[in-house]
Amino acid sequence: MNEVKTEKKREPLFHIVKRNAIPFWKSWLFRVVAIVAAVVVCSVVTVIMTDLNPISVWDAMFKGSFKNEMKTWWMLRELALLLGVSLAVTPAFKMRFWNCGAEGQVLMGALCSYATIMFCGDKMSYVPLMIVTLVAALLGAAIWGVIPAIFFAFFKTNETLFTLMMNYVAKGLITFCVIFFAWENVYGSGKVNFISTGILPMVYNNEFLIILIIAIMTLFMYIYLNYTKQGYEISVVGESENTANYIGINVKKVVIRTMLISGAICGIVGFLLVTGRDYVVSPESAAGRGFTAIMVSWLAKFNPIFMILTSFLVVFFQFGTEEITKAFGLNEYFSDILIGIVILFIIGSEFFINYRLKFRKGAKEVE
Amino acid sequence: MTVFIQGAIRQAMPLLFGATGEILTEKSGNLNLGIPGIMYVGAIGGVIGATLYERAVTSAGIVPIMAVMVTMLSAMLASLLMGLIYSFLVITLRANQNVTGLALTTFGIGIGNFFGGSLNKLLGAESASISLGNISKYFKMTPPFADNLGWFGEWFFSYGFLTYLGIIIAIIAGYVLSHTRVGLHLRAVGENPATADAAGINVVKYKYFATCIGSVIAGLGGVYYIFEYTASWSNNGFGDRGWLAIALVIFALWKPGIGIVGSLIFGALYMLGITTVGISRTTKVVYEMLPYLATIVILIITSIRNKKENHPPASLGLSYFREER
Repeated sequence: MNEVKTEKKREPLFHIVKRNAIPFWKSWLFRVVAIVAAVVVCSVVTVIMTDLNPISVWDAMFKGSFKNEMKTWWMLRELALLLGVSLAVTPAFKMRFWNCGAEGQVLMGALCSYATIMFCGDKMSYVPLMIVTLVAALLGAAIWGVIPAIFFAFFKTNETLFTLMMNYVAKGLITFCVIFFAWENVYGSGKVNFISTGILPMVYNNEFLIILIIAIMTLFMYIYLNYTKQGYEISVVGESENTANYIGINVKKVVIRTMLISGAICGIVGFLLVTGRDYVVSPESAAGRGFTAIMVSWLAKFNPIFMILTSFLVVFFQFGTEEITKAFGLNEYFSDILIGIVILFIIGSEFFINYRLKFRKGAKEVE
Repeated sequence: MTVFIQGAIRQAMPLLFGATGEILTEKSGNLNLGIPGIMYVGAIGGVIGATLYERAVTSAGIVPIMAVMVTMLSAMLASLLMGLIYSFLVITLRANQNVTGLALTTFGIGIGNFFGGSLNKLLGAESASISLGNISKYFKMTPPFADNLGWFGEWFFSYGFLTYLGIIIAIIAGYVLSHTRVGLHLRAVGENPATADAAGINVVKYKYFATCIGSVIAGLGGVYYIFEYTASWSNNGFGDRGWLAIALVIFALWKPGIGIVGSLIFGALYMLGITTVGISRTTKVVYEMLPYLATIVILIITSIRNKKENHPPASLGLSYFREER
């Protein structure tokens, strides 16, 4: 026994092999296992830190999203908005353009919407105003998204860092505009006036129209990515830029066009935020959705339909932990800890989906 | 003037710690966007350590050296743990770096603000706010000879030891990166891990060490902010400084030496917005935006000029799998 061991000492216990393909059910099995494990860890963490009974905690967690009809609608609206930003970043990610600037692009959409309503609200009738506002939001966000794309296409400027910096420029720009155009209700108060016109029409209830718009966009994005020539070009550029060049795809054009689309969708979300949810603009309008969307999109493997599921997961935890913190008088940031744990676990599970461990034969026999 | 310079240096230091840590990390090819979270965790680690120490010894017997050591060590341990989580996911499990980093930032800021807001409640004290005055005064102790030097002393020697530690760490990091074999290997790993691997460099080891040491250094930036700058915890008080530190890495062209100058420029810009008399609110906002704008301009200029030594490490953001060609 001992001899065998010393002989084989140099061979590691297992080595890692990349999987060629994994059955659909198996990959989701891994993810479910990861979520269950994360839930267990979250429970343990909750109990240690708060001395609460885990069952009552999870009960409150469910109540966060499903306590009453209104809460569920709110949850669905939040899901829709997060899904919208995730849809926006997805085409860019698919071509390996790491758009970390969705936050800023949403903010620019929101800023342009708010500014248009402020300046043209009393000069236009409702329908043209809404159209002009939407166009302004689309343009503002698309321009914000395309600036890094142009530099990426022509000079290979690092897109992750560039888009990241653009977020904070956008935040500063909003603060600047709020002061410069005197949008505060009292100068210096930091409280910005609510819009009185240009509010999204009410269909069934306040939330339904937003959810509907995003649902349609999800379908369009799915078709765009999977069944159109442009979607195909995006995947080729993402897989291999050289291949794209050889088969005659203009990579620069694809990058710039995709970021225009990506930014424009962020613009729609910004528009919806201002006209249908907040009725106001602030540097915190995007509320971190731009960053969360990156995780949502990646967890769903850039598939718009799966993104419904992953954004539900995130929003469910957000609403649930909000309820927990309220019910048990905890600090509101507890939800960030739990969401972090869940996402880190799912990130870890991706490894087992992409790779498998091949144990050395000797070890297996010993076992 | 004195107030301006002191303020600028105090603003600069957290950024310098964060940027030095991130430079080491990025030189190994890992783009750790978890740095903002790690700095929060480092800060709260120090706060927890300090609070527990203070409670353990009661106010009668705080030994300055011990208090400082406990605070520093618990902060370093906390940020080391964060670095290990990131390293394990990104290096061993080859997870996507952007996603992992952002998740870690969410997680870290959550931990910081959760414990910061409810530490006293968890420990059973009545007041919610944490006061760190008893221990932070040792962090603020200035060199004894400072008072005799007039303005010179006020400008350069009116800071606690962490300020000098930050500059020393940055200088050492710069020296190690560009003048030693370890630094050469580290840069090789960041530029082209496959080549480094073929040359016999242990890629995984270098990535782990660089990322974890980077995290610990960044975590000290959080300690600096809490113990030398504010002496109390307020939720989200640390603000966007973590992202500013990442901006500083680009601004400094991945060179810790330039990072020292860059952090002072960023700190000065921040102070300009605060101390200039008669400044309008809009101008103040413009000053706050300038570091980010300057970073973008530098990012663009370096990519257009296309000089190899000013570029980000070539494999930045990519995970390395030996069997993949």
